[in-house]
Amino acid sequence: MAYQRESLILELEQRARDLRLDSLDLIHRRGAGHPGGALSAAEIMAALFFHKLRLDPARPDWPERDRFILSKGHASAILYAALARRGFFPAEDLKRWGALDCHLQGHPDRLKTPGVDMTSGILGHGIAIGAGLALAARLNKLNYHVYVLLGDGECEGGIVWEGMMTAAKYCLSNLTAIVDFNDVQLDGPVHEIMPLEPLADKWRAFNWTVLEINGHNLRQVLEALDTASEVHGRPTVIIAHTTKGKGVSFMEDQAYWHGIPPNDAQYAQAVDELRRAA
Amino acid sequence: MAELSLREGYGRALAKYGEVNPNVVVLDADTSASTLSCYFAERFPDRFFNIGIAEPCMVDVAVGLALGGKIPFVNAFAALLALRAMEQIRTCVCYARTNVKLASHYAGLSDFKDGPTHNSISDIALMRALPDMTVVVPADGAEAAAWVPIVAEFDGPVYLRLSRAGALPAYTPGTPLTLGKGLTLREGRDVTIVATGSMVGRTLAAADKLAAEGIRARVLEIHTIKPLDRDLVLKAAEETGAIVTAEEHSVIGGLGGAVAEALAASRPTAVERVGVADTFARTAYDPESLMDAFGLAVDDVVAAAKRVIARR
Repeated sequence: MAYQRESLILELEQRARDLRLDSLDLIHRRGAGHPGGALSAAEIMAALFFHKLRLDPARPDWPERDRFILSKGHASAILYAALARRGFFPAEDLKRWGALDCHLQGHPDRLKTPGVDMTSGILGHGIAIGAGLALAARLNKLNYHVYVLLGDGECEGGIVWEGMMTAAKYCLSNLTAIVDFNDVQLDGPVHEIMPLEPLADKWRAFNWTVLEINGHNLRQVLEALDTASEVHGRPTVIIAHTTKGKGVSFMEDQAYWHGIPPNDAQYAQAVDELRRAA
Repeated sequence: MAELSLREGYGRALAKYGEVNPNVVVLDADTSASTLSCYFAERFPDRFFNIGIAEPCMVDVAVGLALGGKIPFVNAFAALLALRAMEQIRTCVCYARTNVKLASHYAGLSDFKDGPTHNSISDIALMRALPDMTVVVPADGAEAAAWVPIVAEFDGPVYLRLSRAGALPAYTPGTPLTLGKGLTLREGRDVTIVATGSMVGRTLAAADKLAAEGIRARVLEIHTIKPLDRDLVLKAAEETGAIVTAEEHSVIGGLGGAVAEALAASRPTAVERVGVADTFARTAYDPESLMDAFGLAVDDVVAAAKRVIARR
């Protein structure tokens, strides 16, 4: 397939690095935000926003656009970075994230920020809302696809599983969930706070098609997204094994960096590490 | 009480309205035979979604349908919809301002058979504290039916509070209804009784009793608790100097709270609130005797009117 060209992979790897740098810049500048879960989702976000999603930044309300719900809304920094780089709003706006008169809220707000399909920030809503959006596509005879990115800790909440049952009941093949499975949440390792494994078996038991990948391998991410578009009669989940804080040595796998901004020295080191990896 | 119950009025009207508005979709949480959303389901099976006993999920699915341009009516027991799905309603319906209609059934004490687990006496207080929420409480079955198209055609979240039971007839079919505009059902200058929902009919009966004693009570129906028709309430306070509120809800935070807040801000006036005292009710054989036992009898309204006149 075309995207398997090395050039596309290389381009998206560069996009992922840009999104990581942007996210840290945003969080450092504001002195607030959630770096760990933004960095872990960089390849997934790059693949979606710079390849997979059918979007038109000039028409954020285009009825036939693909829908994206950042169910793990606290990773807003990387969504804002992706939307700005896709041209939904000027990159200048990012510098004012969190200012009282800035459209960029702490968590995504569909009414204030162009390109945000659904307000989020409280965990658990994405699958059920995505199921509703997927049902609406069917009723309206539109063929958009709905993507929901959720966190692993988020799967501890019951409404995720209620939404999973609903999506399976209605055979919503136009719904794809992606779990950013970095195994770290605010208070510590997910496997200690509330073990999720065997997570893939659980989704399978709920009648979803399950794909398991390395969420930092863009070839695997792209292949999984394409496979998900081909599945008929049932929704698909991509369980993406990732590293929280990916790309910044002192942030990797550390719960401390779930929701803490880096100080100036830490930020400088993080940028240095990310640039050198390029 | 040969009148339509509120749920009958609502259920039939929703199925009928489904014919004229193809964008309306209906969701239920395994209660369609109780809420009577089953009438819609029978006629429009492709536009009906039974999400099972999962009210929060049902609200979120409705949010998604609304994002996709549909007009979803979700149906559930008030006690579950307002309490279990509260966070969904706050975050994904009100804050995200999605066009979801929350039809909340068996409200107040009307589920007399099941008792306090299924009573709902705090929902008005909860819903009206949410920014961007509109709260509507029809007085009887005919009025419940009349609200369906209005609620559907209003752009924004609406909490439509419905009783399981019948109610003393209050609404004259054909009377124009406007969100946020109360109705003056009876003129009077001695006291004003502001009522909502099932207490409107009881209040009209109380006004008859008061009239027999020479007390001319004005009766206002406030069907829209939020936004409250402040002008109508303030005018009544000015002209009668004494206000009674009456609702099948806790005395805390509902219509009584809304009216008292409006008066305190603009025209301090003596107020007596008729409602369920700050207590859980009980199981009973029928809704009427349960309401009578928990402070909602016609005579409770009469007594409150006399008390507030004495305080004036």
